[in-house]
Amino acid sequence: MTTSLALSTPISAATEMGPTAAAAAQRRQILALQDVHAWYGESHILHGMTLSVAEGEVVSLLGRNGGGRTTTLRAIMGLVDRRKGSIRIAGAEVIALPPHRIARLGVGYCPEERGIFASLTCEENLRLPPSQAGGGMSVDEIYALLPNLAERRKTQGTRLSGGEQQMLAIARVLRTGSRLLLLDEISEGLAPVIVDRLLELITRLKSLNYTILLVEQNTHFVEDLADRHFVVERGQVVLHVTAAELASSAELLERYIGV
Amino acid sequence: MLDIPLPVLLGQVTIGLVNGCFYAMLSLGLAVIFGLLNVINFSHGAVYMLGAFAAYLGSRWLGINYWIALFIVPVVVGAFGMLVERLLLRRLTGLDHLYSLLLTFGLALVLEGIFLDIYGSAGQSYNGPPQLDGLVDLGFMRLPLYRVWVVAVSLAVCVGIWLLIERTSLGAYLRAGTENARLVQALGINVPLMITLTYGLGVGLAALAGVLAAPIYQVQPLMGSNLLIIAFAVVVIGGLGSTLGAILTGLGLGIIEGLSKVFYPEISSTTVFIIMALVLLVRPAGLFGREA
Ligand SMILES: Nc1ncnc2c1ncn2[C@@H]1O[C@H](COP(=O)(O)OP(=O)(O)OP(=O)(O)O)[C@@H](O)[C@H]1O
Ligand SMILES: [Mg+2]
Repeated sequence: MTTSLALSTPISAATEMGPTAAAAAQRRQILALQDVHAWYGESHILHGMTLSVAEGEVVSLLGRNGGGRTTTLRAIMGLVDRRKGSIRIAGAEVIALPPHRIARLGVGYCPEERGIFASLTCEENLRLPPSQAGGGMSVDEIYALLPNLAERRKTQGTRLSGGEQQMLAIARVLRTGSRLLLLDEISEGLAPVIVDRLLELITRLKSLNYTILLVEQNTHFVEDLADRHFVVERGQVVLHVTAAELASSAELLERYIGV
Repeated sequence: MLDIPLPVLLGQVTIGLVNGCFYAMLSLGLAVIFGLLNVINFSHGAVYMLGAFAAYLGSRWLGINYWIALFIVPVVVGAFGMLVERLLLRRLTGLDHLYSLLLTFGLALVLEGIFLDIYGSAGQSYNGPPQLDGLVDLGFMRLPLYRVWVVAVSLAVCVGIWLLIERTSLGAYLRAGTENARLVQALGINVPLMITLTYGLGVGLAALAGVLAAPIYQVQPLMGSNLLIIAFAVVVIGGLGSTLGAILTGLGLGIIEGLSKVFYPEISSTTVFIIMALVLLVRPAGLFGREA
């Protein structure tokens, strides 16, 4: 891995504080949802989501299928048909902004279906999103970090393996300089070795003080990674657990998300 | 069949190629617009007509010569297209195809109606630039120099736009937007602006075709409506949303149509549709379309 990953921070300067829950309380809120409602057509999906993520924190959204975790990320990006309530990014209200303006505030979104474009090569996919002020990793830095992608730069995006596509989807938003990442089920459907590599990557991003909201099905993936966990059900947060409480609330958590 | 002299054959191929250039330019615009906006642009023939009339009226009223019209008319008509997109088409995003189809169809009727009312259905003649008067001897036939120019300009424009779409980052936005515009916007690209510009580009291209056509065909209000139907067939045969398909199919069909005039003149005007039926039977997604 390269050592040149000390990234500039468009949202704010990096803090020295360790990302513990107690410290989080004093840190700046990078993302704050207050009583957010969202609709697809006539279907009312989010019913008052309230959550916040502080700078440098990794927060997971857990829950059963159909609970509304993907919709939460889509609501933050402005990709639902209608939304109501308050969504603040680094303090700025974005509920009325179009998606591209939200992205340009430094929000990097990796959709559940990965969203790699078939008509673009690997490298075109990587270079697609415009860089934001401050910029992020250069293409060379990304290739140093993820050598697989370098080898396949001329390959049609959707011909990459599932794992490579997932790496590409993450790399794509790292290139822009986004410091708040919204990652939807990145470990889904991937082989355990690839999941380990993703875990390594996210851990590394955490150490670089990225702020990450992670939707996961796989509790295993987030248990050592996330500072806090929200359980989402029927479009609301039904449980909030800090990393420290995780062991003691295992049973409770199991009841909410166990299958 | 073998008693047809070669010069006659080549002559029809050449004439077909000129027609094919117009098919290609119109279909390319239709394909790009359909790809990104999901709009079946029924006003495309009318803006082609508008381009021809703008050149004609510009020359009559303002003394604008052909060379200036060639640059100004696509820009002005393209700007009109952008206005239509911003003020009207945009309000229909997310609704069924049928709404935008009806809107653009209505717009075509209004535009053609206005010109029919003022100029009637008789054609107006527009003189091409004196620099391009004269004939080129191709050996097998003598072709007006102006038609050679039309072929050269259309090919250059089509290749240029194809390169823009396939080889530049602006083109990557367009290709990605054609696949999933919402996601492209969530990645930070101003898709609403891109949609306006793309519609303007398609409309401007049709207007350019109109200016190029003005000295060849009669300038008249319904000149675009027949051409439009063929252009739609070209897009379908080439494969919806395929730019290369639209260009090559447009040129190819022009030539085939020319040839059919030699062998079986009675069907020459239906050739395109016979080919469309055959292609759809074998490859429902079109010659260059991605099979679903
Ligand atoms: N485009 C849509 N139109 C209508 N309803 C939708 C749409 N997308 C999702 N829903 C509904 O919204 C609810 C929440 O879906 P969402 O995708 O947010 O769930 P999730 O928590 O991400 O679950 P998972 O991804 O595990 O299925 C579900 O009931 C789903 O059926
Ligand atoms: Mg989901």
